[in-house]
Amino acid sequence: MSAPAPSMFTPAATEMAQQLGLSKGRANLEVFAETLQELATADRNVLAVTSDSRGSGKLGPFGQALPAQIVEVGIAEQNLVGITAGLALSGKKAFGVSPACFLTARSLEQIKNDIAYSNAPAVVVGISAGVSYGALGSTHHSLHDFAALRAIHNLTIIAPADNAETRAAVRLAAAAQRPVFLRFGKAAMFDLHSDAPDLANGRALTLRDGSDVAFIASGETVVHAVLAAGALAAEGISARVLSVPTIRPLDMTAVLAAARACRAVVTVEEHSVHGGLGEAVAATVLQAGVAVPFRIVGIPDEDTVTGAQADIFRHYGISMEGLSEVARSLLTPPAV
Amino acid sequence: MPERWTDHALALRAIELRRRLLRLIVDAGAGHTGGGLSSLDILQVLYRRVLRVSPETATDPRRDRYVQSKGHCVEALYTVLADCGYFDPADLATVCHYQSPYVGHPTRKIRGIEVNTGALGHGLPIGVGMALAARMDEAPTRVFVLMGDGELAEGSNWEAAQAAAHYGLDRLVMILDHNRLQITGSTRDVMSNEPLADKWAAFGWHVRTVDGHDYAALTEALNTPPPAGQPLCILAETVKGKGISFMENVGKWHHGVPSAEQLAQALAELDAAEAALRAEEVSA
Repeated sequence: MSAPAPSMFTPAATEMAQQLGLSKGRANLEVFAETLQELATADRNVLAVTSDSRGSGKLGPFGQALPAQIVEVGIAEQNLVGITAGLALSGKKAFGVSPACFLTARSLEQIKNDIAYSNAPAVVVGISAGVSYGALGSTHHSLHDFAALRAIHNLTIIAPADNAETRAAVRLAAAAQRPVFLRFGKAAMFDLHSDAPDLANGRALTLRDGSDVAFIASGETVVHAVLAAGALAAEGISARVLSVPTIRPLDMTAVLAAARACRAVVTVEEHSVHGGLGEAVAATVLQAGVAVPFRIVGIPDEDTVTGAQADIFRHYGISMEGLSEVARSLLTPPAV
Repeated sequence: MPERWTDHALALRAIELRRRLLRLIVDAGAGHTGGGLSSLDILQVLYRRVLRVSPETATDPRRDRYVQSKGHCVEALYTVLADCGYFDPADLATVCHYQSPYVGHPTRKIRGIEVNTGALGHGLPIGVGMALAARMDEAPTRVFVLMGDGELAEGSNWEAAQAAAHYGLDRLVMILDHNRLQITGSTRDVMSNEPLADKWAAFGWHVRTVDGHDYAALTEALNTPPPAGQPLCILAETVKGKGISFMENVGKWHHGVPSAEQLAQALAELDAAEAALRAEEVSA
């Protein structure tokens, strides 16, 4: 049916991952489903609500083990979010799980009113987000979700970078007494943390310290920033890498510290360059009076190129090579 | 448990509540007059005779739930809640005013309101979630969702109608304030939705059609459980603008605000209606 999945990493990037001692983990989606099942096993009020999406949400085992705690609504995303809100307003810790492309577009009004405005302590989970469904086309991409959800008051937005951030995010969302949006991709991730990260209060996580350029990245793009930092180090360029799982509330302290400590800032996200992490960081930095060479790397405002997630990332420079190049260009004074 | 109210006492109270509703809308300078008047009797029956909830039990997890999907008719809901002791009736004068918690659509800021509504087609899915939760908890909770005619054009309702039947939610009740008018005019002209009873029955619901201003009929329809495993659809035949002659069945009163003269005339009609009811009392 389709061509073999291309690798997300060039041979040089794979070598850099080895050099940095990064080990390959699993898809965040699998870790989400596994963590949710652990929580639901311990607490019968923890529920999964699916829209014919238990397969794509890796929730098959959850459904087998805890059939009374999974609610199937069929292919009906508006109903999925409304039902999730009703369950949450009745004391359930409900996770409404559906592909991010449908969930955050078709049922945006339900997220806005039934969950965020009503302050229902529900979790809305956008799976196979960004360009996870790469070649299937724009119907299946969610490149608008950060922008749309950032403009809705009262919603925490979290896009974890690796398995450890995913575990922490799911646990945090389950304990939250407020609305949360979680966003996961489905590709296998490298492990970026040696210890369990603390995501409380939207904390951003410094993966690598540096003073020349700051990569401020989120979700499945973070590993590419880590690899770029490794590549730049070999050239004598010191790069800081900040993983920002929580797009809102944004860790303004960490963002400003990075912008002040470094000579350039590059933001990276699997999202439109409009309205996402990059513009959130830009607004933070500029309103604090910090002027720094700045570049938003994401999916540009154009008809997205056809290809697998790896192709699309490479095409738009979300790669070790692409990000290194952006950093170099920002750090090189323009020729007189 | 709900208080004991005779039909006669409810009818008298409804006259006073219609006065308050009209004054509220005049004070707010905005409101949904026609639908407020058409749904007021349904709300009275719900809060006086059906719902197992009170200001004291407004957060009891096992309480009954009321969701007003046709959120624009919040004036009727505020009026009834205030009369049932959820908040001070004097607050009704602040609806829609600057910095008032009383927004022009239902809000959880107000005690007794379960969910924020106002966009149409949201209440029934939420009600399905609440009814599912009650079943999981083996709670006696029943969930009542009030909807409007025009609202039925929203597709999300039918997603929820299907789900409610799929899950056999016999503790979920959808009440249609079937006044047959919406903002542009007759629902039949804007987007016909008949045959409604057949549609809901085809979706697997148990359907009852009642006079939405007949307290005894409403009470019977709401308090009699449907057959096991079937959600209950009450098609409440109502009159938009009910109780005020020049507002009844007139589309422009969907969100018309009475002038001082119109308010005086409406209040005079309500006074006359009250006098007639009192006269019945004397002759009885």
